Amino acid sequence: MKRVKRRYLALQVDSDGAPSAREFMDAVWGAVAKLYGEYGTSLTSLALIDYDVERKTAVIRTSLATVDLVRTSLASITSVANREAAVHVAAVSGTIKALCEKLKR
Amino acid sequence: MQKNRVAAMRRAFADLHLRVNLKDPAATARMINKAATLGYRLIAVPSSPETRADEIVKLRTACSEAKIDLASRIDIKPRTQNELIQQLRRLRRKLEVICVNCENKEVARQAAKDRRVDLLNFPSPDFRSRFFDRAEAELASNSLAALEIDVKPLLVLEGPARIRLLSSLRREAAIAREFHVPIVVSSGVAAEMLLRKPREMAALAFLFGLDEASALEAVSQNPVAIVKRNREKLSSKFVAPGIRVIKEGKDC
Repeated sequence: MKRVKRRYLALQVDSDGAPSAREFMDAVWGAVAKLYGEYGTSLTSLALIDYDVERKTAVIRTSLATVDLVRTSLASITSVANREAAVHVAAVSGTIKALCEKLKR
Repeated sequence: MQKNRVAAMRRAFADLHLRVNLKDPAATARMINKAATLGYRLIAVPSSPETRADEIVKLRTACSEAKIDLASRIDIKPRTQNELIQQLRRLRRKLEVICVNCENKEVARQAAKDRRVDLLNFPSPDFRSRFFDRAEAELASNSLAALEIDVKPLLVLEGPARIRLLSSLRREAAIAREFHVPIVVSSGVAAEMLLRKPREMAALAFLFGLDEASALEAVSQNPVAIVKRNREKLSSKFVAPGIRVIKEGKDC
């Protein structure tokens, strides 16, 4: 079976409050589902890798084929847990190690 | 893809439609700083005939403090063809970007063929009030006008309204590409939270069928080229396209 290539996205959540990991992922799933439907969402293999409530940063994983789809959905997020918010992509990489190095730069 | 990424790093990104409340200098400064933080190097804030000179000075100061370039812009909403021509005659020599909000077909057609118009904007999400069809694109391709698409409605609309808007935008973007009319993707937002990074704006442009290269051009080269062209024309050294004064004096 062919190995599925993945991409890791480092995200910065910009909001007044501090949403929990669950609230954040609900917003991400909701945005992808709203734009691309349940079938499109199922292709993304979205997963939360890390979430820092204090710094409001997150790392999510998706398949390489759906990176653009996820980026578009993340840009369309306007609220998290009923509070105004924006999610910005800080870096994208193929491995978590390379992602951390990119963020340090 | 790698080539696109390297090019994206060197690009100067621009948002030609940042709507700030000039009466509130603190909010204006916050918005401009946010745009600079997100990676924009050039912004344009629409002014109106009622905008006071001191408000413009404050805006310019805020932009220079944030190290961001500001282009002067006006949005005009003429009701008739003659009103549009009069306004263009009065404003063209004063401003760097002129955008026409086309609210009827007569104005849309005149704006598309007039070489003094930089941007054609269709603010209504209703497909019956969007006049960017093949005839409009053909006229625009022979002049200098670009099609401006604001991402704000994509962020604030939901459900059937957004679906219909996306469908209209996809059709308009395809027509614009067919007739080589440049597309400019702008934010059109008045709230800080709705501002997006240039790459995120490009990602939203995927929704109406632009590929990665065209989407990045729509937030960088296309808007920057409009401002550059008009700055050159407004410069005192400009004579005609391709001709400018290099040196003046008795020894010339």
